[in-house]
Amino acid sequence: MSVFTLKVNGQSHTVDVDPTTPLLYVLSDDLALKGPKFGCGLGQCGSCTAIVNGRAVRSCRTPVSTVNGADIVTLEGLGTPEKPHPIQKAFIDAQAAQCGFCLNGVILTAKAFLDQNPKATDEQIHQAMSTVLCRCFTTTRMMAAIKKYATERA
Amino acid sequence: MKNNSRHQDMQLTEAAVTALREHGFSRRQFLKGSGALVVAFSVAEFADRLGISPEKMLAQGGNTPQTLDSWIAIGADGNVTVYTGRADMGQGTFTVQAQLAAEELSVPINRIRMVECDTAMTPDQGTSSGSQCHPVNFNHENLAQACATAREALVSMAATRLGASAGDLNVVDGVITHKTDAAKKVSYGELLGGKRFEMTIKKDAKRKPVQNWTVLGRSVPRIDMPALATARFEHVHNVRVPGMLHGRMVRPPSIGATVANVDESSVAGMPGNVRVVVKKNLVGVVADKPWQALQAAEKLKVTWTPGPALPRRADFYNYLRNHPGRRDAYSVNSKDVDAKLQGATQRVKATYLHPYQMHGSLGSSCAVADVSGSNATVWSSTQAVYPLRGTTAMVLGLQPQNVRVIYVRGSGCYGLNGSDAVAYDAAILSQAVGKPVRVQLTRKDEMVWGENYGLPFVVDQQAGLDANGNIVAWDYETWSATLGNRPGNNAPGNVASGLLLGFAPQAVQPRAQAPDPQNFDNGNNAVPAYVTGRIGGKNNGTGVVASERVLTHTVPSPFLTGPLRSPARLQNAFAQECFMDEVAAQVKADPVQYRLRHLSDPRLKDVVTDVARKANWDTRPSPKPGNARTGIASGRGMACVLYEGDNGYVALVAEVDVNQDTGAIRAKRIVVAQDVGPISSPDGLRNQLEGGALQGLSRALGEEVTWDDQKITSIDWATYKTLYVGSNVPTIESVLVDRPDSEAMGAGETAITIVAAAIGNAVFDATGVRIREVPFTPERVKAALAQRTGNQTAQV
Repeated sequence: MSVFTLKVNGQSHTVDVDPTTPLLYVLSDDLALKGPKFGCGLGQCGSCTAIVNGRAVRSCRTPVSTVNGADIVTLEGLGTPEKPHPIQKAFIDAQAAQCGFCLNGVILTAKAFLDQNPKATDEQIHQAMSTVLCRCFTTTRMMAAIKKYATERA
Repeated sequence: MKNNSRHQDMQLTEAAVTALREHGFSRRQFLKGSGALVVAFSVAEFADRLGISPEKMLAQGGNTPQTLDSWIAIGADGNVTVYTGRADMGQGTFTVQAQLAAEELSVPINRIRMVECDTAMTPDQGTSSGSQCHPVNFNHENLAQACATAREALVSMAATRLGASAGDLNVVDGVITHKTDAAKKVSYGELLGGKRFEMTIKKDAKRKPVQNWTVLGRSVPRIDMPALATARFEHVHNVRVPGMLHGRMVRPPSIGATVANVDESSVAGMPGNVRVVVKKNLVGVVADKPWQALQAAEKLKVTWTPGPALPRRADFYNYLRNHPGRRDAYSVNSKDVDAKLQGATQRVKATYLHPYQMHGSLGSSCAVADVSGSNATVWSSTQAVYPLRGTTAMVLGLQPQNVRVIYVRGSGCYGLNGSDAVAYDAAILSQAVGKPVRVQLTRKDEMVWGENYGLPFVVDQQAGLDANGNIVAWDYETWSATLGNRPGNNAPGNVASGLLLGFAPQAVQPRAQAPDPQNFDNGNNAVPAYVTGRIGGKNNGTGVVASERVLTHTVPSPFLTGPLRSPARLQNAFAQECFMDEVAAQVKADPVQYRLRHLSDPRLKDVVTDVARKANWDTRPSPKPGNARTGIASGRGMACVLYEGDNGYVALVAEVDVNQDTGAIRAKRIVVAQDVGPISSPDGLRNQLEGGALQGLSRALGEEVTWDDQKITSIDWATYKTLYVGSNVPTIESVLVDRPDSEAMGAGETAITIVAAAIGNAVFDATGVRIREVPFTPERVKAALAQRTGNQTAQV
């Protein structure tokens, strides 16, 4: 066991865990966050996404030992139901979900990408979302919400 | 009922406790609105605070669907709590049922509280299969009729209270007012607040006419959407119970394998208080933390005795065709098909193939169980809380009434994913260690051992044509494989963990000689749209072809199977609607016109006409003249169906580009016309259409379960091919036909049923090549293009 300090959604947390523990389990179990979810454990679907130091990472494949001291954001860290972040608002306005399990990965991947690439073309956005999975296939609404957010933030 | 106080953050105010006492401890008050969302929490927690026994509390309520109080409770504050046995798995039914209640009761929707699927609180509505949620609760029974009954009862109470006749009263926003004397008024809360109706649902209570709707029929934003988008929503994967441990399963390498030896010393000394649980062939580990459990599960040395070898995949469709243990059934049989085919001017014949496919839920299935002594509580994303209560009791050896199943939404399931199987897993592990246990399957275990695959199909068809090119006989014969199915009330062996625990799966009962059909049942869409469906002197179908034979063979499957969004209907519609296109091409007829010539049902004809108009359909025979044989070729195709024979009219046009050099298909545009009766929520309906259309596209283009001699080889998203959020998907346009005077029908499985067919027909239009096997992978398309000669339609 080792002690790690993580800044998650603006709050500092100290956890004492096996250093090989994937960040996902620290977020979803030690810190009881609802956003990051186990989808595949293989980095193939995006459900576990967290923004670590500004970049979207697959937390199921990221040992906690590699993110000690990092600034981490999960979906609940962006906004609240009363005051959603603009990208969350775009999803709510577009009614861009069905079961909603994928939203953590979809929204965070899109946000981190657009933060890094504010002038991204539609094709680049598609590329950025090409390994994020929504098995309810709410694809059309999600891409519309992401593009709306991209236009408004640019 | 034991204490399951998982909602630790929930605090009752003193005022709330007082209010509960004053209102007679009705179970209805043990619920609290959390923003717009309702969180149903532990009966025992409230019981503790109120100082009475949980048993006494539960005795206040019932779950009998005939009783009005099972459905609706009116609080003293006028808020309405609605209990439903139909789960929102992501289709928006939570919101649209709130619309229904608000409409029928004349209460603002923000005063409706919904509680869904909890065996301690909600009526027993069996299984929430997607396509049936709407018809069941929105027509003339169940929730709709409960609301109508409640409204009439409240108006009647008001008439007595106000000394007026019911006809002189109006209801607006939960307040009943005299039409000509506005001073005479009383609210629902004043009439009934906290008390029970104590009456049964009246079959003759009048629903509000669709013309008067103000809440239903509108695109009310989903109540759960803000919570979903900000990660405040609780999926079953987020359920955490105090003292909860984490389990992981250790599944056999293949179906039929049995435990020879479990070497517990292989995990001795691993961190997290690892415990090994073995019950028959069900093996799992429990540890303090999920990562510890996962590592222990990977390290646990289990020796398995292999199961039987699997049928060769390369030969699998012949294996189905030749299986001796089959069960035969006729859906229709006019007994003149052979003669009519013999006498036909020309005949068209083809074979279609459809593989096993997966539900492939994004989140692998998860459940939390708390089993203690003779009681159990299970938090599950099951579609069937009451049936799961019964089968969980069976696997645990408990009494069903001592088991509580609480539905918590999971990752979209699209049918029988691993939700039920993992509920047994969690229950067995919890029973073994005496503490609450959460189990989430690994990705591989979900894909190999979690879910029940969608059915594989082989379809042989033959049509006979007269001299005018009209179809005069249709011969339809299928072979499909099944093993297991939903567990229902008493068959836990129908899913993986139940099977491993030694329960038998539902098996095929062989029957070589099919009897004559007595009743028309087109629930599987085995009967093509273009035949008469004549049984008992009555035409039950949607078409005009009177010489008809539909013979189905069900054979035992080597893998567990179960309902996957549009089960059997998608496979049948793929074969029928592509074949119809083949026949139209054979006689050089336009596919839309040719369909209309052979349809009799006006509503089905309407959606075909509507979709063609909306798509700006280019009326001509397929294939498209003048397309080059290299590079990109464009084409359009259409398909239609009356889903389940009576549950949703839909027609769909697909426009595709086929890259003839690579074999890759790109769908550019999908247009859907749909008639599912009165529309409750136009945007909700569109969301279902869009998702269904694209799931249908993903299944048509890439999805296929694969295996080698011993084991499943499609075990993750690299080996099971799906479309992603960033994939190039078609635009989707829809025509929503509103039929206010009709029965409500299902909308969840309409569009998906005919996507593969429309895409296949569009590929034929573009290239002249008919792809008769799903999925239409680039390799398969390219191989077919390489074989291309002239007309691809087989003539016999």
